[in-house]
Amino acid sequence: MNLAIKLENITKTYPGVLANSEVSVKINSGDIHAIVGENGAGKSTLMKILYGMVKPDLGKIEIFETKVSMSSPKNAISLGIGMVHQHFMLAKNLTVLENIILGIDRPFLKNIKLSKYKSEIQKIMELYSLNIDLNQYVDELSVGEKQRVEIIKVLYRGAKILILDEPTAVLVPQEVDELFKNLRNLKNNGVTVLFISHKLDEVLEIADEISVMRSGKLIDTVANNVSKTQLAEMMIGKSLPKPPARISSTNEEVILKVENIKSIDEDGRTIFEDITFKVHKSEILGIAGVEGNGQKEVVEAIIGIQELHSGKVEFKNNNLMDQGTRERLESGISFIPEDRQLQAMIMDMNLTNNVIIGRQNIAKYKSSLGTVKTKNAIKESEKVISTFEVKTPGTSTLATALSGGNQQKFVVGRELEDNPNLLIASQPTRGIDIGAQALIWEKLRNSRDEGLSVLLISADLEELIGLSDRIIVFYQGKIVKELDAENVTPEDLGGYMTGLKK
Amino acid sequence: MKMRFRLVSVSAPIIALTISFGLSSLILLIIGKDPYETFKIMFEYGIRGKSIVSIINRSIPLYISAIAVAVGFKMGLFNIGVEGQYLMGSLIAAYIGAQFSVITPLHILFIIIVAVATSSLWAAIAGYLKVEKGIHEVISTIMLNYIGTGLIAYSLTTIFDEPNSNYDLPRTKELPETGKMPPLNKFFNIEDLQDLHGFLVIAVLVGIFYYWLVWKTTLGFDLRITGSNPIAAKFSGINPKRLVVIAMITSGAFAGLVGLAPLLGYFHRFTIDFPTGLGFAGIGVALLGRNHPFGMAVGALLFAFLQRSAQILDLNDVPKEIEQMMQAFILLIVVVFYEVIRRFLVKQQIKDASKRTDE
Repeated sequence: MNLAIKLENITKTYPGVLANSEVSVKINSGDIHAIVGENGAGKSTLMKILYGMVKPDLGKIEIFETKVSMSSPKNAISLGIGMVHQHFMLAKNLTVLENIILGIDRPFLKNIKLSKYKSEIQKIMELYSLNIDLNQYVDELSVGEKQRVEIIKVLYRGAKILILDEPTAVLVPQEVDELFKNLRNLKNNGVTVLFISHKLDEVLEIADEISVMRSGKLIDTVANNVSKTQLAEMMIGKSLPKPPARISSTNEEVILKVENIKSIDEDGRTIFEDITFKVHKSEILGIAGVEGNGQKEVVEAIIGIQELHSGKVEFKNNNLMDQGTRERLESGISFIPEDRQLQAMIMDMNLTNNVIIGRQNIAKYKSSLGTVKTKNAIKESEKVISTFEVKTPGTSTLATALSGGNQQKFVVGRELEDNPNLLIASQPTRGIDIGAQALIWEKLRNSRDEGLSVLLISADLEELIGLSDRIIVFYQGKIVKELDAENVTPEDLGGYMTGLKK
Repeated sequence: MKMRFRLVSVSAPIIALTISFGLSSLILLIIGKDPYETFKIMFEYGIRGKSIVSIINRSIPLYISAIAVAVGFKMGLFNIGVEGQYLMGSLIAAYIGAQFSVITPLHILFIIIVAVATSSLWAAIAGYLKVEKGIHEVISTIMLNYIGTGLIAYSLTTIFDEPNSNYDLPRTKELPETGKMPPLNKFFNIEDLQDLHGFLVIAVLVGIFYYWLVWKTTLGFDLRITGSNPIAAKFSGINPKRLVVIAMITSGAFAGLVGLAPLLGYFHRFTIDFPTGLGFAGIGVALLGRNHPFGMAVGALLFAFLQRSAQILDLNDVPKEIEQMMQAFILLIVVVFYEVIRRFLVKQQIKDASKRTDE
């Protein structure tokens, strides 16, 4: 069998970090080859090297059995390598067709012959059985469709090797199935697919061969006949942490009561309505929903950032409606927003300052003179760093210097430290490595067992089902279903989330 | 390690200074003047005793103006209206202060309070407009500058003009002796030189107060996190609207002090030729000093030095506008290098953090 990619002893060091250490791998032409590893294992550096974004210090790259040296993505594209990034690079206000031809080197813009491109692109779509309406605006597409546009874009540029960076992170199960179907079609037509992921189930479902990376090294490349546990153990180098057995400690006391809330946007459209639910003491209530179905706004309404049109929120039997965000946070609600870098941390401030965020006005951090009690903040951040195993040189390190997983551990630690009554956790483990994820799960469960109520919003359905006691499903701004987490499958949930099941 | 970071931070203004001297030299060469000679006479003139007093006097209002701007900058609020705010404050304070006489400390305190109150009220208008009507503060403060200038011109010739004065130009009544701030010359044994404004003491106190307010209090913390990341600030429970109004009023309060150094130390009344432009100059000083009380002090002294030492140039047949160009060069270049250095420092931190993770 021909080799699409052959890497020999690829080594790349950044000052102080060995990102890739003597990585050698052979990828067969026409295979779906998965690369798995924790965050920081060196997957993305390897992909950047393959895509010409980073030059390796040492090592040899062969593409289709010819030795190459790449200096830019343009270079890689001309060699037949295409990449679909995790965050799509599409212009929302252009059509699919315009997006696909965007950036293709043609000197005279005014001579663009859309119809010519259109037929060329349609040929490619037919060849690989990828369907999409070329005249639709990207704005109107679902996430899965946008991804398809990215794939077509890359194929149209002549890619024979397709690199997909965490392609399923943003998809619901049905969309994942669709993607896999597409990938198999690509494979049958001779395209080599390089699939980067840390979702082992998916990797096992789709890949022909799997390479496992750990701390910059390529541990092994195996055929797809291993078990999930074996893979996971190769990935983290030790036995998997097992989640503690579920003991339902839910008690009758109602901590949070949301009654009939409704919110409308500036144009008068309803964002969500008829939302009613309760969270009991010692209970994890999961919220499932595809992004954009109102669940994000509902949690923001609970902490007072999203304005309500009508309805009422009660916390520990107190009406929250005439309280500002600050009062709500101080009364015992903790909040882990979905985007830690944008919403939870100040990236250019150090950890000591970041531990105060959201608690500026409590007596622990504010003296009677109105000054910040820095000593307490240092103590507290040290405590968070040690109990949540945050890897950092110290408390005076800037938040931006930490890896994503460590940032998230720090945020979760900060929000759990003051023994809140209610924790609202939005995507608490999104995009972080297995180690950090396991730690956060464990801490969430422990806190739950000790009496914490949690409102959990997660796109990771395994996480949602695994952690929650009950799950409510949002669809188009309404709660469409309440489920007992004990006997529900991700497929079931996906059905309700996409409106297929009612 | 901290020391190393400090050294790196200081390198930006030094590089900017060097490059702007280079560029100014180039321009001097183009117009046929000897750069070396020019800078030499500027320097020699600038370090005379008389010049030094003048430089310090000039730097006082520049420094306070920079602080007024910096309070807004710290939370990402651009108060371009310090100009109008300090002129309004100075006029009202000069007028009311001249109506009575009490012992000096009380009299001066009263004048300060009037100036601060007037300026912060004037600034509060922009805060209100931003919060309630969504008008960007850059627009509203610029417009308020124009309105303020017009109001001052009108009211100075009508309401506030000194009655029965035989002086041609409109001006307020002179402050009584108790309302004049005594100079500091006797403390430095420089009684042969011109007055060193007593307001220097207040400028130093203002600098300390500013530092305390921004870096030590929770209000300052809120300002800084809002400046760095307004979204996270909102999620942390800060009411952004309330903070905008508070910051605007605080900025205006500092602005109220800008005009008091010349008013209490030299002019003793508001006249049509009362110094203008200090509010705009403060924006540059705040940029140069990176909103830091010490950095801004150095920046204010530097600009004051350039302004003073350029006075000699006309006598030597060199256009003194070269000084304004130098100031502009410094600002442009320093902004670039601060960013370069900031990125460098962040990279260093990331390296340090990942080194630790490796161990």
